[in-house]
Amino acid sequence: MTALDLARWQFGITTVYHFLFVPLTIGLSAIVAILQTAWHRTGKVEYLRATRFLGKLFLINFAMGVVTGIVQEFQFGMNWSSYSTFVGDVFGAPLAMEALLAFFLESTFIGLWIFGWDRLPRRVHLACIWVVAVGTNLSAYFIIAANAWMRHPVGFAVDPATGRARLTDIWAVLTNDQAWSTYLHVVSGAFIAAGLFVVAVSAYKIQRARWPRRGDTAPHPSEGGLFRKTLRLGFAVTAIAGALVVFSGDHQAKLMAQYEPMKLAGAEALWEDEQGAGFSLFAVGDIREGRNHVNVQVPNVLSFLATGHLDGDVQGINDVQQRLEQQYGPGDYRPDIAVLYWSFRLMMGLGMAGVGIGVLGLWLTRRGRLPDRRWMYRVAVLGLPAALAANVFGWLLTEMGRQPWTVVGELLTAASVSPGVSLTEVAISLSAFTLIYAVLAVIEARLLFRYVVAGPGAVMPYPTDPADGDTGTAAARPDPADERVPAFVY
Amino acid sequence: MDLTTIWFLAIAVLWTGYFVLEGFDFGVGMLLPVVGRDDTDRRVMINAIGPVWDGNEVWLITAIGATFAAFPAWYGSMLSGFYLPLLAVLLALIARGVAFEYRGKVDDPRWRRRWDVAIVVGSTVPALVWGLLFANLVHGLPMDAGHVVRAGLGDLRHPYALLGALTTATVFLLHGAVFLALKTDGPVRVLARTVALRTALVAVPALVGFLGWTLAQRPTGWTLPVGVVAVLALVAGTGLTARGREGRGFAATALAIVATTVVLFGSMFPVLVPSTTDPAFSLTVAGAASGGYTLQVMSWIALVMLPLVIGYQAWSYWVFRRRVTRAHIAPAH
Ligand code: HDD
Ligand code: HEM
Ligand code: HEM
Repeated sequence: MTALDLARWQFGITTVYHFLFVPLTIGLSAIVAILQTAWHRTGKVEYLRATRFLGKLFLINFAMGVVTGIVQEFQFGMNWSSYSTFVGDVFGAPLAMEALLAFFLESTFIGLWIFGWDRLPRRVHLACIWVVAVGTNLSAYFIIAANAWMRHPVGFAVDPATGRARLTDIWAVLTNDQAWSTYLHVVSGAFIAAGLFVVAVSAYKIQRARWPRRGDTAPHPSEGGLFRKTLRLGFAVTAIAGALVVFSGDHQAKLMAQYEPMKLAGAEALWEDEQGAGFSLFAVGDIREGRNHVNVQVPNVLSFLATGHLDGDVQGINDVQQRLEQQYGPGDYRPDIAVLYWSFRLMMGLGMAGVGIGVLGLWLTRRGRLPDRRWMYRVAVLGLPAALAANVFGWLLTEMGRQPWTVVGELLTAASVSPGVSLTEVAISLSAFTLIYAVLAVIEARLLFRYVVAGPGAVMPYPTDPADGDTGTAAARPDPADERVPAFVY
Repeated sequence: MDLTTIWFLAIAVLWTGYFVLEGFDFGVGMLLPVVGRDDTDRRVMINAIGPVWDGNEVWLITAIGATFAAFPAWYGSMLSGFYLPLLAVLLALIARGVAFEYRGKVDDPRWRRRWDVAIVVGSTVPALVWGLLFANLVHGLPMDAGHVVRAGLGDLRHPYALLGALTTATVFLLHGAVFLALKTDGPVRVLARTVALRTALVAVPALVGFLGWTLAQRPTGWTLPVGVVAVLALVAGTGLTARGREGRGFAATALAIVATTVVLFGSMFPVLVPSTTDPAFSLTVAGAASGGYTLQVMSWIALVMLPLVIGYQAWSYWVFRRRVTRAHIAPAH
C-alpha cells in the first residue's frame, strides 16, 4: 500500500458516494418543480400535497449531496496537488464557474424555497424551485466539462518553462464533444434514477395500502389517487430519459473508440485489432496471456457500436498497448480489464432493466389501470437500486478505464498525487470519510424510509373537516394570509 | 493593476464574504447550548440562520474554486500542506450541514441532542481552524523548492497560530451573538445580548493581540490603521448591541471582520506563503498564478456574476428580514 493507492481509493469512495445523491438531486428538483407547477396551474390540493411530500424527500437527499460535494472541492488540492498544479489553469476554470454560476444559485434559492412558502408570492415561490432545478442541471455541465477534458484534453498547451498546462481556448473546453455527449448521458442517467425513485416510493405506498401489514392504519382515501399520479409521472420520466440514455450512450461509445481505444477494447475484452468485431456477452480471459478462454459474442455488433459500420475496425488491447509504448515509452498502459468489462455490462444491463420498468409500467398503468399482482410492485421498487448501480458502474467504466492516466496522454495518475502527504495522513482521512459516510448512509436511508412510511399526511396534515375534502379545487387565489401554506422549518 | 493582483483581490473578497457571513452562523452554532435553553429556543436559533447558511458556505466553495483556477500552486500547497486540519474542517462541515437539515425531522429528544452536538462541534472546529490556518500562512511554513509543504501538526501549533485560532473563534462567537440579538425576539434575544458582552471580554483582547502580532511579523504600513479600525469596530459593535441598537451593532462586527481579513490578506501580498526553509522557496502571487488568458476569462465571468450573486443573496436576506420568535416554530415535521 502506498499513499497513491489510498488516495485513489479515497477518491473513488468519496466521488461514488457523492454521485449516489447527485442523480436524485438533478432529477427530483425538476420533478418537484413540475408538481408544484401543476398545483399552481390547477389549484388541486393533491398536487400541493405531492409537492410537499416529494419535496421533503428531495431535501433529505439534497443535504447529503451538498455536504459530500464540499469534500470533492477540497480533495483535488489535498490528495492530488501535483495534478492540481499541472491542470489548475484549465481545469480550475470550469470548477470556479460552477461555483459562481450554479452553486450560489442553488443554495440561495433552495433556502428561499424551503422557508419562503408563507413569505413569497406564489409565483415567485414557484420560480424559486425552478431556479434550483435549472441551477443544479447547470452545475452538472461545468463539472462534466472539466471531467471530459481529462479524457479528451483540448484548448490548452503545455508551458515548456513551468511544465504546467496553459488554457488557450475556453470555448474549446466548454464545447468539447466529449463534454456535451457525456453531459447528455449523465443527466439522462440521473433522470432515470430520479424517475425510478418516484416510482419506488409510489409503488411501495400503493402496495402497502393494498396489502396492509398488521398494525397499519388505513391511509387517507385520497392517497390512492395521488400515488397513481406520481407513479405514472415516474414511469414517464424514466421512459423518456431512457430513450436519451441509449442515444447518448451510443455516441459515447463512438467517442471512446476515437479518443480512448484502450478503454473500449478493455470494456469488450477485445485483445487484437479486428474488423467486424462482435459484441461480447460473456467472457473469461487471462490478462497475462492477453487472450480470452471463453467469449460468447454477437457478431459485428461491437464494430457497429464503435464506428457505425458493421465491418468497421476496432482496436484491440494488445495492439493499442504496443502503439502506446511506441508513443509514450515503455510501460503498462492497460487499465483493469475485468473491472471495465463487467462495469460496462452491469451499467447497460441494470440501467436498461430500469428503463424497461419505466416503459412497461407506463403500459400497465394505461387508462387508469393498476396492476394487481404484488410482485410487480416489488420489482418496481427494485428499479431504484438498479438505476443507482448503473450510474455507479458507468462512472467506474469511465474513470477506471482512463487509467493509468489522469489526463489522457498528458499526466499519469502516479504523477498526480500530493508529494508532501504521507501514507498515515491519507489512511486517517480515508478511514474518517468511510466511517462518517457509512453512518450517514444508514441515518439517511432510515430517515427517508420513515417519511415514506408516514406518508403525505405527516408532511401536510389532512383537513379534519370532511366538507373541504382533499380532491376539491381550492382556488389558487393570490395568498390571503389564512390560506398560506406553512413553510418548512428546521 | 495587473490581472494577478486583481485575482488576489478577488480571492480576498471571497474569503471576506465567507468570514462575514458564515462567521455569524458558526457563532450561532457554537452558542446553541449557551443561548438555547430549551428545544424551542434552539430551534429559534437554527431557523434564524436556516435560509442562509448554505448560501454562506458557498462563499468558501467559490473561494477555493477560484484559488484552484487563478493560483493552482497556492491551491495545491495550501490544501495538501494543511491536510489534517482541513480534514477536520471537512468532517465538521459535513456533520453540521446534515445536522441542520435532519435535526428537526424526528421528534425525539435523544435524536435532537445528538444533532445538537454535531452542530456545536461542527461550528467550533472550522471557526478555530480558519484562524490557525491563516496565521500559519502569514507566519510561513517549511516548504521546499517545489512548494511542497513539509509540516507536521506540531509545526502548525506555535503560539501565534493558537492565538489566531482563539481570535477567529471568539470573534465569530461575538458576531453570532449579535446576529441572534438582531434576528430573534424573546428569551434568545435577551440572552444573546448578555453573551455578546461577555464574549467581547475575550474577543477584543484576542483580536488586539493577534493583529498586533500580525503587523509585527509582516509590517506593510497601511495595514496598521485597518487593524485599528477592526478593533474599534468590534468594541463599537458590542456597545451598540448592548444598548439595543442591534442593526448597527451587527454592521460594526461585520466591519470588524472585514477589516481583520483585509489585514490578513494585506500581509500576504505579494508573498503568499513565506518558506521558513529558505526564503528563496517562498510562494509568491506571481509564481502561483495561472496564465493571463485564464485570468481574463475568469475576470469576465466574475465581473458579471459576482454582482448578481450579491444581489440575489441580499434579496434573500431581505425576504427573511423578520425576527424569528418562538411563535414561528410550528410542531416539527
Ligand atoms: C453530474 C453531476 C455532478 C458531478 C459529476 C459532480 N457533482 Fe457535485 N454536485 C452536483 C452535481 C455533480 C449537484 C447535483 O449539482 C449537487 C448535489 C446537491 C447539490 O446541492 O448540488 C452537487 C453538490 C456539490 C457541492 C456542494 C454545493 C453546495 O454547497 O451547494 C460541491 C462543492 C460539489 N458538488 C463539487 C463537486 C466536485 C469537485 C466534483 C468532481 C469530482 C463533483 N461535485 C461531481
Ligand atoms: C469532474 C469530475 C471528476 C473528476 C475531475 C475526476 C477525477 C478523478 C481523479 C483525479 C481520480 C484519481 C486518479 C485515479 O486513481 O483514478 C479519479 C478516480 C476515480 N473517479 Fe473520478 N473524477 C470526476 C468525477 C467522478 C465521478 C462523478 C465519479 C463517480 C461517481 C468518479 C469516479 C471515480 C472513481 C471510481 C475513481 C477511482 C478509479 C481508480 O482509482 O482506478 N469520478 N477521478
Ligand atoms: C444502451 C445503453 C447504454 C450505452 C450504450 C452506454 C454507453 C456508455 C459508455 C460507452 C460510457 C463510457 C464513456 C467514456 O468513458 O468515454 C458510459 C458511461 C456512463 N454511463 Fe452509460 N450507457 C448505456 C446505458 C446507461 C444507463 C441506463 C445509465 C444509468 C442509469 C448509464 C450511466 C452512465 C454513467 C453515469 C456513465 C459515466 C459518465 C460518462 O462517461 O458518460 N448508462 N455509458
